[in-house]
Amino acid sequence: MEGSRKTLWLRVGTHLFGLAPLVALACAYAGDRLGPDRIGEATRWSGRLAVVFLLLSLTPTIVAKIFGLSTVLKARRALGLYAFAYAAIHFLIFVGLDYGFDLDLILLAIRDDRFILVGLGALIILTALAVTSTKGWMKRLGKNWKRLHRAVYVAGALAVWHYAWSFKELRPTPVVCGALLGLLLALRLPPVVRWTGRLRARD
Amino acid sequence: MAKIDLSEITAEHLYVNRRRFIKGLGVLAAGFALGACATSSPSPTPGDEAPVAGQNADELGDALTPFETVATYNNYYEFSMGKTQVVALARDFATSPWQVEVGGLVQNPRTFELDDLLKLEQEERVYRLRCVEAWSMVVPWIGFPLSRVLGMVEPKPEAKYVRFETVYAPDQMPGQRSGGYEWPYVEGLRLDEAMHDLTILATGIYGKPLLAQNGAPVRLVVPWKYGFKYIKSIVRIDLVEEMPTSLWMAAASHEYGFYANVNPNVPHPRWSQATERRIGERGRRKTLMFNGYEEEVAHLYEGMDLTVFF
Repeated sequence: MEGSRKTLWLRVGTHLFGLAPLVALACAYAGDRLGPDRIGEATRWSGRLAVVFLLLSLTPTIVAKIFGLSTVLKARRALGLYAFAYAAIHFLIFVGLDYGFDLDLILLAIRDDRFILVGLGALIILTALAVTSTKGWMKRLGKNWKRLHRAVYVAGALAVWHYAWSFKELRPTPVVCGALLGLLLALRLPPVVRWTGRLRARD
Repeated sequence: MAKIDLSEITAEHLYVNRRRFIKGLGVLAAGFALGACATSSPSPTPGDEAPVAGQNADELGDALTPFETVATYNNYYEFSMGKTQVVALARDFATSPWQVEVGGLVQNPRTFELDDLLKLEQEERVYRLRCVEAWSMVVPWIGFPLSRVLGMVEPKPEAKYVRFETVYAPDQMPGQRSGGYEWPYVEGLRLDEAMHDLTILATGIYGKPLLAQNGAPVRLVVPWKYGFKYIKSIVRIDLVEEMPTSLWMAAASHEYGFYANVNPNVPHPRWSQATERRIGERGRRKTLMFNGYEEEVAHLYEGMDLTVFF
């Protein structure tokens, strides 16, 4: 009873945490507080949020493995779904607000836009992961579910790449995100996991 | 076009009233207002007095981008890489006294005081501004053709290019204190591009002296090229024989070329240049060849492969 109440708060907290930036962004957009280029700014903010939630969704597994704190795993799925949700909102702002659903213009732009294609790659992977995030799909896919969901690191790499390419020049923020992604991946490598396991066994 | 006598220096409110009379002439003679403001406030902030443009659209009928947007959405790396952060950081930028040294391969090298430039006949030019980042604006500049200044210094026959340099003032420009770029900002034009009538040195915007965040006191405007060519706060102009290396060419020559002509058919290596977002508008518009100035400038590039000379 105590345990499920604890995870209930964790889950509610995760959702509040996940929804708060969306509400803030929507209010800022509606209230015209995003500066002169509010469509561009909304695009950038939703993109940043997608990257942040993607990185956050990778942490519970590692915290559970290194600190043996498996409760945090309850937040993992929600964090991953928020990463997908922000990526989808980012995409919708791009096609709807920025391009006004003008398919001709979108196709014209995509024709020679490698930057968009990289982002689209990340979104496609995140969509597949979101669709297969249910218990039903976990059962159906069995062992392959874990394999498929490791593709989140590919999505993360594509997302950070897309982020880095959105600027005229290399900027520090996407580099920091890339470094964090690399660190999170490194912490899951078997030798590292064994090493941290030994450290835990010692105390 | 009326020649402006400096004795006509008039208070801004009178000037604004008089504006109503000359509205519709299509050409705004604002030299007196510029002269009056140049010595008092170095960088008026938006809202000091009403900004008034002589026209409310460009020749294609595109509406002007509002003054508030032009004055608060600025790409000026010397102050900040964040477009909305430039205004605050540029507030105390000193633009007076100011000199522009024009030299190199010329018969009469000359140092212009800002007032010398403001004494030249000023006119309003409403131009589309297309950034290489695929956004755009419509801006009512005030200024004069660069050819006027070049004519005064008389380029020597061996002069082929014009090289421009921004002020180096790291104490006032926080962006110049950080690494990553070879400050000061440098840009260049081929001599025929520089002599083209569309190419102006801008000293004002929306009927007011140029704001610090817009490149005060004097900047280049070349409307058929991407915005990064519009070098700001110019202190040096040199006529040279060799093609100058701009700051952006030095930073990434495979992405930012010398010509930087707006061209929807030549993508940036990473993104498309086929469409643009007009700031403040929903939906995109197709980017026009040479930013819509094809008729005026296409002949400058006849026979050139624009995918090579991008």
